[in-house]
Amino acid sequence: MQNKNTSDPIIICRDIHKWYGEFHALRGVDMEVQIGEVIVIFGPSGSGKSTFIRTINRLEEHQRGQIIVDGIELTRDVRNIEAVRKDTGMVFQQFNLFPHLSVMQNITLSPLLVHKWSKDKAEKIAMQLLERVGIPEQAKKFPGQLSGGQQQRVAIARALAMQPKIMLFDEPTSALDPEMIKEVLDVMTELAESGMTMLVVTHEMGFARAVANRLFFFDEGNIIESGNPEDIYNNPQKDRTKLFLSQILQH
Amino acid sequence: MAIMTNTENEILPPPSERSTVIGWLVNNFFSPWYNALLSLIVARLLFVLLKGGLTWAFTDARWAVVPNNMRLYLVGQYPSAVEGQIDYIWRLGLCVYLLSAVIGFTWGVYAKRKEPVGFVLLGIPVVLAFIPLLYAVFSTLENAPKTNEAFATALQILGIDLIALTAFWLGKWRGARLQRYALMLWILYFPVMLLIINGVGEEFEVLDAPLAVIPTRFWGGLLLSLLLAVSGIVFSFPIGVTLALGRQSRLPIIRSLSIIYIEFIRGVPLISLLFMGQVMLNLFIPGDVTLDRVIRAMVPITLFSAAYLAENVRGGLQSISQGQYEAAHAVGLNGFQTMTFIILPQALRAVIPVMVGQFISLFKDTTLVSIVGMVDLMGIAKGVLANPAYVGTQREVYLFISVFYFIFSYALSYTSHRLEIVLGVGER
Repeated sequence: MQNKNTSDPIIICRDIHKWYGEFHALRGVDMEVQIGEVIVIFGPSGSGKSTFIRTINRLEEHQRGQIIVDGIELTRDVRNIEAVRKDTGMVFQQFNLFPHLSVMQNITLSPLLVHKWSKDKAEKIAMQLLERVGIPEQAKKFPGQLSGGQQQRVAIARALAMQPKIMLFDEPTSALDPEMIKEVLDVMTELAESGMTMLVVTHEMGFARAVANRLFFFDEGNIIESGNPEDIYNNPQKDRTKLFLSQILQH
Repeated sequence: MAIMTNTENEILPPPSERSTVIGWLVNNFFSPWYNALLSLIVARLLFVLLKGGLTWAFTDARWAVVPNNMRLYLVGQYPSAVEGQIDYIWRLGLCVYLLSAVIGFTWGVYAKRKEPVGFVLLGIPVVLAFIPLLYAVFSTLENAPKTNEAFATALQILGIDLIALTAFWLGKWRGARLQRYALMLWILYFPVMLLIINGVGEEFEVLDAPLAVIPTRFWGGLLLSLLLAVSGIVFSFPIGVTLALGRQSRLPIIRSLSIIYIEFIRGVPLISLLFMGQVMLNLFIPGDVTLDRVIRAMVPITLFSAAYLAENVRGGLQSISQGQYEAAHAVGLNGFQTMTFIILPQALRAVIPVMVGQFISLFKDTTLVSIVGMVDLMGIAKGVLANPAYVGTQREVYLFISVFYFIFSYALSYTSHRLEIVLGVGER
């Protein structure tokens, strides 16, 4: 395991609780993430892993506990929320590109509005990002004209255009055809190698094993087990983890 | 591997159907035999149904009531040339010319390819220009215009095309750099038009000047109908969108005020709002100021339309998935930016067909102002029919004004359809 700088965690989560009405979705999650770490979160559906990752940029509000991202605590204060969102990029399962805007506009919208960059600068950086994700020729197209894999790569470029310190991936390959999964995972691998801090909710265990620094197994709203990929893979300590791994790996 | 060889020859061209008039008729009406039978029956039915109407139109109908009152239908009592006075109608002509210039300019600035609408729009004045000419040559009516007068009218009508084309080339010449001016021109057009129609300074009965004020009691006919409709559309749109957003607001006061407004207005017939506007609106205005009666009709129409529009827009807002809000927040946009750049553009585009439907019905609903004593196109029709010279010509008059309403409603519908295609509604 790469042992990165352990002094200053960029994300600190302490005792996160979240309820949907009566349903207790998160039950006291604790996690600290160092700069440059790649975290993979997996677990059965309904285990709270997506909810957890969405609390980190406040798409979901936590009701108890403390979340500090890059030194800013997430509270009701809108300024704090906006500051954290500037520092975190997010990639969704359903891509969520803006269908009325071209690929280029999708990527440059936020830099233009939030960072107040000039149009030239925003477009130049957008082209660099499109080249990085391998689809510079699609810049003028609209999202509806692209394949799922291409759309997800645009979504990654859009998130990166904010020049975030942290990238959150919420099941980025779950809505893709098998042949398109690889092109997205390749981009994510390259991103991880460049030193980006990443939190990834995924069931792609091959990716997890190759790229992740730490694995977290979620069930029933809490972390059941965590550790480096090889240990969790070859020698899970908890029966629940063993069962789940055997189920997703048997084919 | 045999399948893989010679692939180019394997691709078959689509089946070609040669179409001739006869072939088309046979395909669509006469095959198989029971369709032929049905076609004949329907043709016979149509003949029976239409025979009476067509016979009436070409024999008994007294169409003189239409051309003799044409000016009334178009502009109502808008002052005309009496001895020693000015024919103020040139001001309305100027508004039409300005409008064609703005349309042509916008077209030139935004045009990317040839639009069939353009040719249709350019064709309308050409067709219209022939009408006075034909009328002068063939009419047997005693007060038909002389040929040279008709020729002048035709030239004036063709001037619309000339101005539109000039503005088009001007816009095309400078292209994208002028886009912001096109929008400004549209925003400017409405107040400028009102100013030209209304005039400045003294009333025309007092002061015989080209730009003298023409009080609204002289506005009428199609002019008034279009003014009411356009102002209703222009003003109800922002109010409606605001109400739709208000109804979705998290702040309880704003939300309940929006709901109360929408439900109250939707629960009341337009005609009662119009009566309220005529008799009650002045009670709300402090001091001695009396609101003009055209404004007293514009306000209820606008408020009425805004309530319905708000519900349409709300439907559009609800069709936007939660993921769009989340994605916008995730890239750091605040609530206002999310609404302006992400949600509203998509929501409004989704409801273009419904909105246009509502604008069409608003246009036709303006006929109700004739009940509260205003002389819009419908009011003029009633006035003409009250003239003893035209007793018994209801059929001709109402048929004629229906054609007017149809033309404008259909133009609105057609334009929106083109707009949907250009914006790719339902595609992306």
